[in-house]
This record gives sequence, C-alpha cells and structure tokens, in this order.
Amino acid sequence: MKELKELLMEHPFFKGMKDEHIELIAGCGKNEHYDEGTYLFKEGTPADYFYIIRQGHLALESTCPGKGAITLETLNENEVVGWSWLFEPYRWNYCGRAVQDCRVTALDGKCLRGKCENDPVIGYELLKRFSKIIISRLQESRLQILDLYK
Amino acid sequence: MVNTWLPKTCTVGRVEKLTEDTVSFTLSPDDGSEVVFEPGQFNMIYAFGVGEIPISISGGDSNNFHHTVRAIGSTSKALLNLKPGMKVGIRGPYGSTWPLRVCEGGDVVVVAGGIGLAPIRPVVQYLDDHRDKFNKRILLIGARSPDHLIFHEDIERWKEAGIEVHISVDTATPNWKGTVGVVTKLFSNIDFDAGNAKAIVCGPEIMMRFCAGEFIARGLPPEDIYISMERNMKCAIGLCGHCQFGADFICKDGPVFTYERVGKRMTVKEL
Repeated sequence: MKELKELLMEHPFFKGMKDEHIELIAGCGKNEHYDEGTYLFKEGTPADYFYIIRQGHLALESTCPGKGAITLETLNENEVVGWSWLFEPYRWNYCGRAVQDCRVTALDGKCLRGKCENDPVIGYELLKRFSKIIISRLQESRLQILDLYK
Repeated sequence: MVNTWLPKTCTVGRVEKLTEDTVSFTLSPDDGSEVVFEPGQFNMIYAFGVGEIPISISGGDSNNFHHTVRAIGSTSKALLNLKPGMKVGIRGPYGSTWPLRVCEGGDVVVVAGGIGLAPIRPVVQYLDDHRDKFNKRILLIGARSPDHLIFHEDIERWKEAGIEVHISVDTATPNWKGTVGVVTKLFSNIDFDAGNAKAIVCGPEIMMRFCAGEFIARGLPPEDIYISMERNMKCAIGLCGHCQFGADFICKDGPVFTYERVGKRMTVKEL
C-alpha cells in the first residue's frame, strides 16, 4: 500500500509543491472510508478537515425546509473537497454526503492552519491551489445559474 | 433525385412524448420519395396555419424522418400536439453534416446538452453501427434535471454497445444518484488521446463555448472541435440572411462548423 506522502505527490493538486511541504501536509492526513449515505461533514459544524476523494463520489447538500436535502453539486474521484478550514469562521457551509462508498484522504486543516501561520510559504502554496478550485467551482456555479437548457 | 427546394407534405407516424415539453415523431413523405439525410442536417417543418421552423433530424430510415422538438415558440408548441395521421409540410434536408468519416480512426468525444441530444442521436447511432472504425467512443450528456433527460432507451442501448456514457444534471431530484453540476464537470471523468481525437458538441451556445474551452485545455486543436449553431432561419437556403453569422449563413454553411471557424464570433455580442 502506498504511503500517504506518495499518494499526495501523485495528486495534481500538489503538483510542483516542495517535498518537505508535502511531507508536512501528509503528517496531518489519514485515509478514511465512508459508507454510502453517511456524512463526511455537516453544515454549520467546525470545518477541521479537507478531503481528497480517492474512490467514489460525494454530494454537497444544503437543507431547505420543506424540501429536505438539496444536492447542489457532486464531487468525483480525485477532486478536493472543502476550503472552509482555511477561512473564518472555519465552519462547513454545506453538508457532504457519500453518494456511494467513498475512500478519502482526510487532511487536518486545523493542524495545517497553524503550520500555515508559522510558514507563510506553505500557506501561500495552499492558498494558490485552493483559489484555483474556488474559481473553477464559481465558474461552474455561474453556468448552473444560467439554467442553460431552459 | 431529392429536390430539397420543394416543400412536400408528410404524414405523421409514431409520436412519442419524451418529457412534458418534448416530443419525438416520425414523418413519411406523402409522395413516397426515399428519405435521405446525413447526421447534423435539419428540415424546415411547417405546421399548417402556424409557421415553419428548422428542426434537426434525430434519426430515420429510408421511409421516415425522425424529429424531436421541444415546445418553445408557437410553431414548436403546435408540433408538440401532433397526432399520428396528421399532416405537416417539410423542406429539406439542409445544411452541413457532422464529420463522422473524418472522425474515424481515432477517439471521438461527443457532448450533448439538453435538446442538443436530438441532433447527436444519429451521430451516436453511427458510432454504434461502425464501432470498429473508432477507438474510444465517449458521450457526455448534460440535462436540466433527471426529468428532462431524453432518449433513455437509446442511452441504455449505447452503454450496452460499449460507448462510454456520462450524464450530469444541473438540478437533482432526490432519487438521482449521478453527477450534479454543469456538463463540463464530466470532463474530469474522461480520458482521450488529444493527438488523435475529434470532439462533437451540440447544445446551448454558451455550453458549447465552455466545452470547447475544456477541449482546448486538454490539448485538442480548435479545428478538431465541431459544433452545431442555431439562429433564426427563414429560407434555409442562404438567400434571406436571417441566420447570417458573420461571414457565414448558418443554414447553408452550417449548422455544423469547426470551432476554429466560428469560435471567436461566439463572443461578439452583436452577432
């Protein structure tokens, strides 16, 4: 079985990052498994982790009175999930539910926050990478709002 | 010889309601002439007393055209109410075709959004019928919601035929287990050889533009990306100018173009 550091090094999100930084991030990580239908995180709760989906996919949901849980988006294998750990108030904005059995790498954002404060270089590297994801999701959301197929 | 300038009456055969606002029907020419068309082409269909609109051909055989219409304006709404045995007027087929023979020998990635799956249907049928001539055959489908997905039976048949099918909906219903998000999201699921692949994209113009951007980012040159354009058409033979799009008439020079040819114009507001 591959070491966590190796897994991270192969992931496009960490491409170009220094070895020592990946090692440090891997030190804050663990592999987890979620059964279909279970929640990785829930809206409003502390956002202490972010995840890399290794297998399966999950749904980002928001609860709407009278309508139940609404799926806003699904995230697939290899996608990075969660940036709330990086921004105050460090709470999840949505729920994350495993649509099917999910294997993920969970990275401790709370631990990484401290490391980012102490070493702005790694902080900037992570911020750049998360900004790219945020921009991409923003673009997708804008397209979704357009309701293209109406 | 088929004279595509002359209108002729057709009889409606089978009618199938696909969603609350979308219907498929077959049309057979009353003069008994053979039906000849290529994937990507369209017919001008005349709902008597209402109007004439271009409708892409979503399939057919030597006796029948297969059309799929979504009710948007007065004419398409009239077509939604067609019943077997009713008559419509028809001119066509017109327009350029999907470059299926050009695609042979490599990977083909087809992207269809919404009702754009209708003109894509004969393309995928061709990929199914000539599977040995292609490497990877990938179909990405975007729909507004699971209730707006069309051609369920065809999709299942294509999957069984080994075509890699991925579907995404913009808005999910509670029992939907698939991908939720815009169709470009599906690009992360697929792998193709950008050096030996062609892309065929059909759907709303903005969707096609963003899909082309994804293909280009993956290394596919704009000349290998084919899209199908839409504009208000009247004559369908390049005379009236209603569908002029820069230097091209969509009806005569299109509707199928390479992205290289029309891509830049797709961001010009005045066009």
